[in-house]
Amino acid sequence: MEEKFILDFKETLEIQNQEISGETRFRDLENWDSLSFLSILAMIDEEYNVIIEGNDFQKLVTINDLISEIKKKQV
Amino acid sequence: MAFKEISNIAIQGIAACVPEHREDNKALSIFHNIEESRKFIESTGVEYRHIVKDSGFCTSDLCYEAAKRLLDELCWSPDEIDCLIFVSQTPDYILPATSCIIQNRLNITTNCYSMDISLGCSGWVYGLSVIASLLDGSTMCKGLLLAGDTTSVTKSPKDKSTYPLFGDAGTATAVEFKVGLKPMMFNFGTDGGGFEAIIIPDGGFRNVVSPESFLEEIIEPGIIRNRLQSIMNGPAVFTFGISKAPRSVNALLDNYKLDKESIDYYFFHQANLFMNEKIRIKLGIEAKKVPYSHREFGNTSSASIPLTMVTQVGSKLANKKLLACAFGVGLSWASVVVDTESIVCPDLIKI
Repeated sequence: MEEKFILDFKETLEIQNQEISGETRFRDLENWDSLSFLSILAMIDEEYNVIIEGNDFQKLVTINDLISEIKKKQV
Repeated sequence: MAFKEISNIAIQGIAACVPEHREDNKALSIFHNIEESRKFIESTGVEYRHIVKDSGFCTSDLCYEAAKRLLDELCWSPDEIDCLIFVSQTPDYILPATSCIIQNRLNITTNCYSMDISLGCSGWVYGLSVIASLLDGSTMCKGLLLAGDTTSVTKSPKDKSTYPLFGDAGTATAVEFKVGLKPMMFNFGTDGGGFEAIIIPDGGFRNVVSPESFLEEIIEPGIIRNRLQSIMNGPAVFTFGISKAPRSVNALLDNYKLDKESIDYYFFHQANLFMNEKIRIKLGIEAKKVPYSHREFGNTSSASIPLTMVTQVGSKLANKKLLACAFGVGLSWASVVVDTESIVCPDLIKI
């Protein structure tokens, strides 16, 4: 799932030239803004059928955090 | 589950009124540069907003103009109005109820049921359910549902998370008891667990106004406001909207065994383009069935659905099956399916 998620993540934010891995702290990405935040929430809803509440999202830091949150909610 | 079917009620007309004064989001100084405003407009779809310019100008003034025009065009005398419902969170006074003031101002008979309902974005659908329920099975025959807000007044001009999104509008919907019509079908929902997602913290009776209420707080760069101005937790509202709105529409269609294709127009509360498109795509509805009015008016709270009906569809609303889905502050949501016959729809009024 990690690979697919990173692809979805990059596609959503139209990231081409930046390296993204599980350890990437997504808020440190260039051009990260409130719309990126909403786009990622929407992508997770569409692709993984999981709604991460805004307050829960605030606690997540890395791409791996996002993936484990999705897995937790899919159970 | 909260469903309701109400028979024998016709929507005879809808009118809307906005302030003449229009603000252009491209010219707002809270955005750092043109690129930031361009990005904002592209994602939210909100390019302009009609907003009140002078303090002391109220939602009821907009609703009054809409109601007056609608009564004229319907050839209804104010004496015939048995029921007046005013849905708003920007009333004239804390008390009395604004509906009482409007009853008098419109010269409506004193033999009239009048009441205010305090709801925002979901308000038009809730208001319709109330007025339709009252008219069905009573001696009351004709009713006016007035819905709107001047939310621009409650936003800090230094808060880019709210100010550029919201516009002002007042609407009037004329409903009448008429035997033999197809029923209106409703679904309702509430989640007060999210009451802080959109809130004006001070000025009510939980936190009465104090000198501290007026102090500006810097929440983050570009978000400065005081406690008498409205807060919106964008991500919380977004996740709420994209989950509850499609669920409510699907629940309504399933419960009454209606085919998604049988609906001619879907009117969603005009939150913003980004959220509305997510909802539309999730439901798999064609774009041509989903009119939007964000570009010109922004999010106009409880007025947004009737305003979109009037400005985007107008006279073509007649003889159609319409679905309206409203969601927002509360958190509160509701959906309705209405079959229309002839419907009077005056052009948008600007004052």
